[in-house]
Amino acid sequence: MSAPTADRMTRLLALVPYLEARPGGVTLAAAARDFAVTEVQLRKDLELLWVCGLPGHGPGDLIDLAFEGDRVRVTDTAGLARPLRLATDEAVALIVALRTLLELPGLAETEAVSRALVKVSAAAGEPADLAGSVAVSIDAREQVLAVVRQALQSHRAVHLHYYVPSRDERTERTVDPMRLLLVDGHWYLEAWCRRAEGVRLFRLDRVDDVAVLAEPSLPPEQAEERDLDDGLYQADPEQPLVRLRLARTARWVADYYPVEDVAAVDDPPGGLLVGVRTADPAWARRLVASLGGAATVEEPRELADEIAADARAALARYADHTGG
Amino acid sequence: MGGVSAKRAERLVNLVFALLGTRQYVSAERIRTTVPGYEAADGTERADEAFKRMFERDKADLRELGVPLETGRTSAFDVDEGYRIARADYELPEITLTGEEAAAVGLALRLWQSAQLGGAAQGALVKLRAAGVDVDAGRGLPLQPRLDAGEPSFDACYAAARDRRVLTFTYTRPDEDAGAKRRVQPWGVVAWHGRWYLVGHDLDRAAPRVFRLSRVTGNPRASGPPDAFTPPADLDLAAVVARQVGRTEHVVRLTARPGTAVGLRRRATDLGPDDVGDDRLELRTTELWALADEIAAHGPDVLVGSPAELRSAVVERLTRLAAMGGAA
Repeated sequence: MSAPTADRMTRLLALVPYLEARPGGVTLAAAARDFAVTEVQLRKDLELLWVCGLPGHGPGDLIDLAFEGDRVRVTDTAGLARPLRLATDEAVALIVALRTLLELPGLAETEAVSRALVKVSAAAGEPADLAGSVAVSIDAREQVLAVVRQALQSHRAVHLHYYVPSRDERTERTVDPMRLLLVDGHWYLEAWCRRAEGVRLFRLDRVDDVAVLAEPSLPPEQAEERDLDDGLYQADPEQPLVRLRLARTARWVADYYPVEDVAAVDDPPGGLLVGVRTADPAWARRLVASLGGAATVEEPRELADEIAADARAALARYADHTGG
Repeated sequence: MGGVSAKRAERLVNLVFALLGTRQYVSAERIRTTVPGYEAADGTERADEAFKRMFERDKADLRELGVPLETGRTSAFDVDEGYRIARADYELPEITLTGEEAAAVGLALRLWQSAQLGGAAQGALVKLRAAGVDVDAGRGLPLQPRLDAGEPSFDACYAAARDRRVLTFTYTRPDEDAGAKRRVQPWGVVAWHGRWYLVGHDLDRAAPRVFRLSRVTGNPRASGPPDAFTPPADLDLAAVVARQVGRTEHVVRLTARPGTAVGLRRRATDLGPDDVGDDRLELRTTELWALADEIAAHGPDVLVGSPAELRSAVVERLTRLAAMGGAA
């Protein structure tokens, strides 16, 4: 069965119990929203159900719906009063996600999550046992997460200290929070930074001393949420190009940052030539130095010289210490 | 959705009604005559074949949806097997959630994005709403989690672990060009420190192994029957990964020039200045080589005191970096 057909069948079998559980009726708009479909599609679904029912299809055998204005309610369920049990994947998705929330106490009320987990596991029955086949373990600094959540929910600005690893700097900023992101196991706050006058991502494990301010969060109109489909970092073609030669162990750089002019090379074996754009020479310097020789700078020459000079100065200090 | 699909959907819904409304097993012949939408018998073999094919497909579809379709005979005199759906097995048991609990469920279901679990989360949401639970999936918090994004092999590995079928795939380590074929009884997939892993019993090495999903390539394929093995009781996937990846804690002593190494200081204890005026720092890490990378990037500002293996790892890195300049 194709995914759209399966989705529709799940919806069709759920619609009658959904209406049965709401005896006062529901507006078509609200029902469409709850099932994540258009009103047109919902109407088609209801029309299809209207001619369904028990064999014989006599009076009393068919589903009966009543439309009053823009509201719909069910007057005869033809015996379909409860939804189908959770399928295995549905139980797994639900239970694993709730367990994940338990690890993130800053995000939801832990007590409520625990109680929901117990009730959902009981209702899911046997498939709940298979939830052990997926697990999620996340590092969370719960205090920061809780403060940021509170700011987003109350639409307030936030004052924070942020550690910038590329410059090894601690900065102080006031930001207007926009949304929370969880990418590759790390939480980020996307916010308008009043100091940088731009949208920035703040990784929560680099945030210190965060406080919700009394003033409202007011990101300006030009503040747009980033599209993350291309990754966290986006290249700016205006910025200067740094060319790197990556050894096999440093090839992840090409997956992690936006790169251009990528070419495979044999020296070193399995190596890669890439171009990276950055306006911040200190970032490139730190990246290459942290790769400890697994990447060398092809261009610009000065960058290679600076990194080498730094390394020689450090080696000289080690030599002194050993000697003295 | 075209007319053919609508007809099929209508027939499947009617089939559910017919089999849910009876305690007796209903024969295929009876289903053919009472459930609308099936090819009527006209005495030809062609019509019989068409019905049979259609009915087989419908049964498979219902089972795929999770409908518990039973087969059996109501009495010993029945010639053919019949079908029914036991209401107790079909229906989702009563579930009532408080507003806070429903909010937690709504938030939880937004954590998934992959085709497999994202679609399943939507299905669960629909069923809970149909059970009368008012789950508000969008309320309050602007949040975009991507718990399971970007791992092409996730769906195949998860499905094999769920069905307990043997999984065959190519595994390519970063220091190898060509991958090696692995045959594994998959116990589960786990996100640990931001990366997804497959945990299982490696059949060729006859031992438990951990595989990074991003290194699983070449179309992972499940083979053999389902329920082919049983994962260990009390399995803790994250703990297996932690053991395998190695989690020995090292105590590290460093000196840093005043005002430098802001990032290292965030997780270090300051032990006061040394005799040349540098700050003495102590920190703990389980990832010694990542720390060596970080320290090397500080150049002459940070020196490692102990342990010796970290010190020599940093010196090795610096020696390679020093060779990069033109003047070297």
